[in-house]
Amino acid sequence: MTDHFALQRRRRAINGWLLLAPSLVMLSVFALYPSVATVFTSLWSRGTRRSPSEFVGLENYRHMFDDPGFWLVVQNNLFYAGLTIPVSIGMALTMALWANATLPARGFVRTAYFTPTVLPMIAAANLWLFFYTPSFGILNQIAGLFGADPVNWLGQPSTALWAICVVTIWKESGFFMIFYLAALQTIPPDLKEAADIEGASRWTYTRCIALPLLMPTTLFILVNAMINSVKLIDHLFILTKGGPSDSSKLILYYIWEHAFAYFDRPTAAAMTALVLAVLGILAALQFAIFDKKAHYR
Amino acid sequence: MSRKFEAALAIVLAILWISPLIFAFWAGFHTVTDAVNFRLTAPLTLDNFRTAWDGAPWLRYFLNTFILVTLILIGQFILCTLAGFAFAQIGFKGRDTVFVLVLLQLFILPEVLIVENYRVAASLGLIDTLMGIGAPYMASAFGIFLMRQTFKSVPKDLDEAARIEGCSTLGVLWRVYVPAARPTYLAYALVSISTHWNNFLWPLIVTNSDNARPLTVGLSLFGAPENGVDISIISAATIMMIAPLLIGFLIFQRQFVQAFLTAGVK
Repeated sequence: MTDHFALQRRRRAINGWLLLAPSLVMLSVFALYPSVATVFTSLWSRGTRRSPSEFVGLENYRHMFDDPGFWLVVQNNLFYAGLTIPVSIGMALTMALWANATLPARGFVRTAYFTPTVLPMIAAANLWLFFYTPSFGILNQIAGLFGADPVNWLGQPSTALWAICVVTIWKESGFFMIFYLAALQTIPPDLKEAADIEGASRWTYTRCIALPLLMPTTLFILVNAMINSVKLIDHLFILTKGGPSDSSKLILYYIWEHAFAYFDRPTAAAMTALVLAVLGILAALQFAIFDKKAHYR
Repeated sequence: MSRKFEAALAIVLAILWISPLIFAFWAGFHTVTDAVNFRLTAPLTLDNFRTAWDGAPWLRYFLNTFILVTLILIGQFILCTLAGFAFAQIGFKGRDTVFVLVLLQLFILPEVLIVENYRVAASLGLIDTLMGIGAPYMASAFGIFLMRQTFKSVPKDLDEAARIEGCSTLGVLWRVYVPAARPTYLAYALVSISTHWNNFLWPLIVTNSDNARPLTVGLSLFGAPENGVDISIISAATIMMIAPLLIGFLIFQRQFVQAFLTAGVK
């Protein structure tokens, strides 16, 4: 009898692994192996025809930390994340509250907020060029109506990164709105009624009831936004190419540049390893948070 | 009063949000001097579209993007269905450990691994091919997770009934689970299509000729300053490129929103 069960268990295991095999092969080839290889590459020197690459330990990391360009990029990326994440989450929440309330033209409003999400960032960047162009760009034309001097938004270090951030916020807010909108719709209507009977204002209701109930959604969006703050760089290729004088360069663009423009793979690998480590910490944090949530449920 | 004010704000924001698109349409159908000077009575023209169309092999780009998106979707459907089914319905040793390993991929973005992925693609001979653009995305941890959740919610009775009728494991998967998961497939398809229609960095790296270039990469080359095209022509090209997706979105709006939601929340 036990033989029969053992046989069945083995058959199940074989079935399971066979079904997983294609995915595991692909994941190993395009995620697992490259991750390990990244760390490996980052420990070897850049080989040239004369001197083959050799093991240098943490030399590439020291080199990276000594590079002021790297710190500028890190600083830029922190600024980019620090600005775009809270602003897009705030915008998303506002949009969701509006799109959920009984306002006129609600369908149009929702569609308009969400549309940037389905547009390719490359195309969106082309459209935004129109706003930022120095001489006849729309921003300057509008500012000109009020007598302001034209600004070369993308062409000067003090504004380039801001301009990039604005495009990101525009792209992300509508996407995050969807999650808030869904969460708002799961709040039972009795709570609203109870608040109305108690004579609570709409602001009190939002602050004391809606916002706390939206916390899990906010956490989810926050993690997504943090991941996106590393990977969302397509518009750099159209709008600034990281310039002027690296003022709008972000870490992934810097990695791309090192690997595919300067052919400096070890440095690119060291930076990639660092990004992977940060994303890994983020992953651990998220699992911890969701684990905790699962406990008191 | 404040309600009205809020409504007005909401609508102003909405208009602001789609204004880049509105200006692109305006510019695409006007000559460049009319467009930048906002001559509201200026005549419409289709010349920009003609010039843009002649400026690059768009048909090729469209075809590439179309094949690419289809290829990725088919790959994802097959791989994620098989893996999701294994994780959801087949109990065996080591399953949970592997599942956590798979989930890690949610954070190891293909975008971040461009350097080593390029090496892998090169050693597999996938540079400048559509397969090379698509392969890293096929075994998507996210898709596997999504399918697992869906398959878990399928009633066990159906499974058992089919087995008693003599279905094999794959038969059960095909006859019971796949049909039951139809809404999830639709949602996943919409998210996948719009993601990969829009993807840029990896295709840029992998392709080096028009043979495999998708629309996004084609558009970025077309709009490069050294090509000396004006804003009206860029707008026209951009509109052409986003038109299929935009029309699709306007028609299937509700499904799109639902899809992003399903894909995100689950």
